Amino acid sequence: MKKTFKLQDLDCANCAAKMEAAIRKIDGVKAANISFMTQRLVLEAEDERFEEILQSAVKAVAKIEPECKILR
Amino acid sequence: MEKKLKRELIRILCAAVLFAAAILLPLQGALRFALFMVPYLFVGWDVLYSAGRNILRGQVFDENFLMSLATVGALAIGEYPEAVVVMLFYQIGSLFEHYAVGKSRKSIAALMDIRPDSANLEQDGGVVRVDPEEVQVGMVIVVRPGEKIPLDGIVLEGDSSLNTTALTGESMPRDVHAGDAVISGCVNMTGLMRVRVTKEFGESTASKILELVESSSMNKARSEDFITRFAKIYTPAVVIAAVCLALLPPIFTGGNFAQWLHRALIFLVVSCPCALVISVPLSFFGGIGGASRQGILVKGSNYLEALAKADTMVFDKTGTLTKGTFSVVEVMPNAASKQELLDVAAHAECFSTHPIAASLRRAAGSVDERRVRDVREISGMGICATVDGKPAFVGNRRHMESAGISASACPEPSRPGTVIHVCFDKKYLGYIVISDTIKEGAKDVLSALRQQGVRSLVMLTGDADRAGRYVANQLGMDDVHAELLPVGKVQVVERLLLQDERKGTLAFVGDGINDAPVLSRADVGIAMGALGSDAAIEAADVVLMDDRLSKLPVAIRVARKTLSIVRQNIVFALFVKALVLVLGAMGIAGMWEAVFADVGVSVLAILNAMRAMRQK
Repeated sequence: MKKTFKLQDLDCANCAAKMEAAIRKIDGVKAANISFMTQRLVLEAEDERFEEILQSAVKAVAKIEPECKILR
Repeated sequence: MEKKLKRELIRILCAAVLFAAAILLPLQGALRFALFMVPYLFVGWDVLYSAGRNILRGQVFDENFLMSLATVGALAIGEYPEAVVVMLFYQIGSLFEHYAVGKSRKSIAALMDIRPDSANLEQDGGVVRVDPEEVQVGMVIVVRPGEKIPLDGIVLEGDSSLNTTALTGESMPRDVHAGDAVISGCVNMTGLMRVRVTKEFGESTASKILELVESSSMNKARSEDFITRFAKIYTPAVVIAAVCLALLPPIFTGGNFAQWLHRALIFLVVSCPCALVISVPLSFFGGIGGASRQGILVKGSNYLEALAKADTMVFDKTGTLTKGTFSVVEVMPNAASKQELLDVAAHAECFSTHPIAASLRRAAGSVDERRVRDVREISGMGICATVDGKPAFVGNRRHMESAGISASACPEPSRPGTVIHVCFDKKYLGYIVISDTIKEGAKDVLSALRQQGVRSLVMLTGDADRAGRYVANQLGMDDVHAELLPVGKVQVVERLLLQDERKGTLAFVGDGINDAPVLSRADVGIAMGALGSDAAIEAADVVLMDDRLSKLPVAIRVARKTLSIVRQNIVFALFVKALVLVLGAMGIAGMWEAVFADVGVSVLAILNAMRAMRQK
């Protein structure tokens, strides 16, 4: 399953790159892409565990930039 | 966002005033320290806070941490003004960064201002305003002058002209009448229209294009990847170098510890990767935005990069280099005037719906159907009819033979195409050649491409070899491959991709009909005239919204300009940073130079990146 999420208050380009790398490392993620300019995350992950993986992604984002939220 | 920026600006100005006061007041010792701590904490508390919090979360080496460490270090060795200055400029830099990013995000949004807000739906005899997503295929909507067309459809009633600028970059309005297809995202300028919806909102052109632009920055260019990978190594490396610089020389040479620490702090300030990391995607984003303003949609920075390096361009013939419609290209009368010849042919064909008949009627001008009787179509040969009471035979060579004209009397035309011979009142009147015509300006575009450094121009066509070669010669193509099936086109492109001497990339230009496999096989697939053709929008990497070839050199120019801005930014930032690092280690460059290498370079790189958007 492939879904797009908006990232609120994504303010730092370097953080975006770090978040992307962190999300890609999560188990079950097939592809993750963050666009700093359009403030969007495209996440492709296993269907059955998508919700669980998304939770891990939310945590990974919060760890790098606490102000930044994944909207859904 | 605006409010936040203003508050931030006021905070920085206040801190600057407090800082000036602290410099002017002649205090000593602890009081002096306290005086400088006021502007320092005022402008930098959030940086210190984030640094502390991020360390607790295991995130070291971020900008906040580096800045905090550098300024606290400066405070520790008694360089109070320096600490405040670094913090102050760091905040100015990030304020500017936010401003620039916000501005370019907004201007892209304005550029892509094609999302319709509502639709006027005809319902139970009245008109209600609804969300476009609620409208279903087959429903009828009303579009008033000044409104955006919310969904793709067909005009049932009303004449108007449409402004397609937001989609095509073309300022010439497009006239539409009942029966014409209209596309969402265009602005209705003059008349009221009733439109039957043919596509749901999600499938409509406006939604498709928005989706494409929004996801475009997901396809990252190699230089973008390079810079994020570089930043990952660069920052820790410089920090480690700073630690070594602070510890090793004093230990081994017994030098002044404070002096080496000071130099190490300079390293920390320079180690921020921000300028690099932000300016590259910002430039690409600007380039993609600038291109879409011209009606050129690029699906990602990687394609912009590939386009800039294109040195082989492969064109589909029909619909790309040629108009894709039949028209009369040659009239060769034998025993009549050109107009007479066309007149007889057009009248004999006046009831036919074939494209060839339509082109004859266009060439002849007015056609009076009352002059024509007894029309008989003989399949594979032509038409027999009675025009003005006299027998007319219009068709191919075999048709002429059946009319009693010997084949040898019919000359062979000089150019390829469909030849229509005309026999009227038992006399051979001459022939008319009908073929697809080359687009106006195609030759100029191709020579412009050559000037831009495209080395090889190749044409592919499914048409007969003779017709293909004729067009290729007219246009001066380097190579032509004719009589190809769609699969054959892919094979030719694959062969070209394997050629050794190729340094650049291969671009394929087509109209998106039947050439989806080739579009995706080429390094860059460019689809033309994509307005309203979903298949083309989906298959191509670069989409030209209208079918004018002149957009091709524009696209290459925008791509190259963007790439050169990216390169300038990378080289400039790396050069300044390296220079300040070296000079700092030698004790020549001080904190001021370090602040410039960080914030100054950041600001300059961002300003440079924003040029990418404004280019024409």
